[in-house]
Amino acid sequence: MAESYPEHLRYHPDHDWASVEGEEAVFGITWYAQDALGEVVFFDPPKVGAEVSAGSAYAEVESVKAVSDVFAPLSGEITAVNEALVDSPEKINEDPYGEGWLVKVKLSDPEELEPLLDVAAYRDLLKSS
Amino acid sequence: MPFAGWEMPVQYAGIRQEHLAVRTGAGVFDVSHMGEIQTSGPDAEAFLQRLLSNDVERLVDGGAQYSVLCQEDGGVLDDLFTYRIGDRFLTVTNASNHGRDLAWFSERAAGFRVDVEDVADRYAMLAVQGPGAREIVARLTDGELPARMRTVELAVAGVGCLVCGTGYTGEDGVELLTAPEGAGAVWDALLAEGATPAGLGARDTLRLEVCFHLYGNDLSVERNPLEAGLGWCCKLETDFIGSEVLRGAEPRQALVPLAFTGPGIPRQGNTVRSEAGPGVVTSGTMSPCLDTGIGMAYVPLGAASPGTPIEVDVRGKQRSAEVRKKPLYPQS
Repeated sequence: MAESYPEHLRYHPDHDWASVEGEEAVFGITWYAQDALGEVVFFDPPKVGAEVSAGSAYAEVESVKAVSDVFAPLSGEITAVNEALVDSPEKINEDPYGEGWLVKVKLSDPEELEPLLDVAAYRDLLKSS
Repeated sequence: MPFAGWEMPVQYAGIRQEHLAVRTGAGVFDVSHMGEIQTSGPDAEAFLQRLLSNDVERLVDGGAQYSVLCQEDGGVLDDLFTYRIGDRFLTVTNASNHGRDLAWFSERAAGFRVDVEDVADRYAMLAVQGPGAREIVARLTDGELPARMRTVELAVAGVGCLVCGTGYTGEDGVELLTAPEGAGAVWDALLAEGATPAGLGARDTLRLEVCFHLYGNDLSVERNPLEAGLGWCCKLETDFIGSEVLRGAEPRQALVPLAFTGPGIPRQGNTVRSEAGPGVVTSGTMSPCLDTGIGMAYVPLGAASPGTPIEVDVRGKQRSAEVRKKPLYPQS
């Protein structure tokens, strides 16, 4: 897919996104992250019920040549993982904001939303890096 | 991606796509980073017999031969293809070893009537690989392509090439050595005939599926060719440098192919655990054809038999794997 950064998402500087609705959020990696990694061939998900904390690694994605930690934009408890990625990790490349979502999380601290970037700030970050 | 002073494409369209193109059709790799050393003169054969592990006397005119270059202690300096072309020999080196190989050759030439020449700048190298590779090259030349492990001088797309029936993918195909000035035209002609451009990424996944060694991963001066499974190209009776040590060597480890039986991807440097003791992964990737993590590892001899269950520590996670037979693909 072509480079894109949806308006409704909030972004973490380590190239992760969060889609927040009330106390629930969906996490994934951005177009930039999947492009930098190349073809994702393995997703190592966390366990449902695991606690994640903002800024810490909670999963791994691997391309043919590289391994990358995935960082949680927000803290909370994993309520679901995208099981489809076990067999089709390439969905992370093909549709990073849709079918390539990684986990669903019940948020523990809504105030953490504040420091996350909006799409304009994230695009500025990409330009300066 | 910079590699040994070369700008190299890791991929063009995508590693998986390029990999499958080579397995099912034809791919072309620009491997011009490979070095070449030319050896000529009345003692060229005797000289190479002393340096290279294989029996150079059995290398016929127009033939190709694989061998390793060993130190006195048996440690592997490089793995090499050598072609005999009339009264000269052309040895293809790994880019990162070329300087060291050349010095090794030159320093040992005293007493032999040989001329050792660095000809790396004279050759670009294109590898055309896959079940459809020969057909594509055949359409670009009037001559007959060489058989496997043979070499012929031919015009390809109007450009003079040394066409070699060799490769690094496990598929049929040829490698073309040609002057750098003409290589662009040959590349373009190959693509126009339907070859898929393929990069270093696919080259690595392809060679690993068929368990070909990569110097720096699976071979090093710390390992001898016997434990690396290359005893077949070490003709000890030819008295090459290193043969004396190898004659008395008793390897305690062996390089084996492995495949994960669950999730994960092995990577170079991962620790292997087996009932016979620890080992180490030297190469690892996700196999596009087998859809599982694969690799090669040095393991204790007691764990080297195909079917032996092992565990690989991948960044703190214990992944289940088993030792397999060569090649990993196609599975026998």
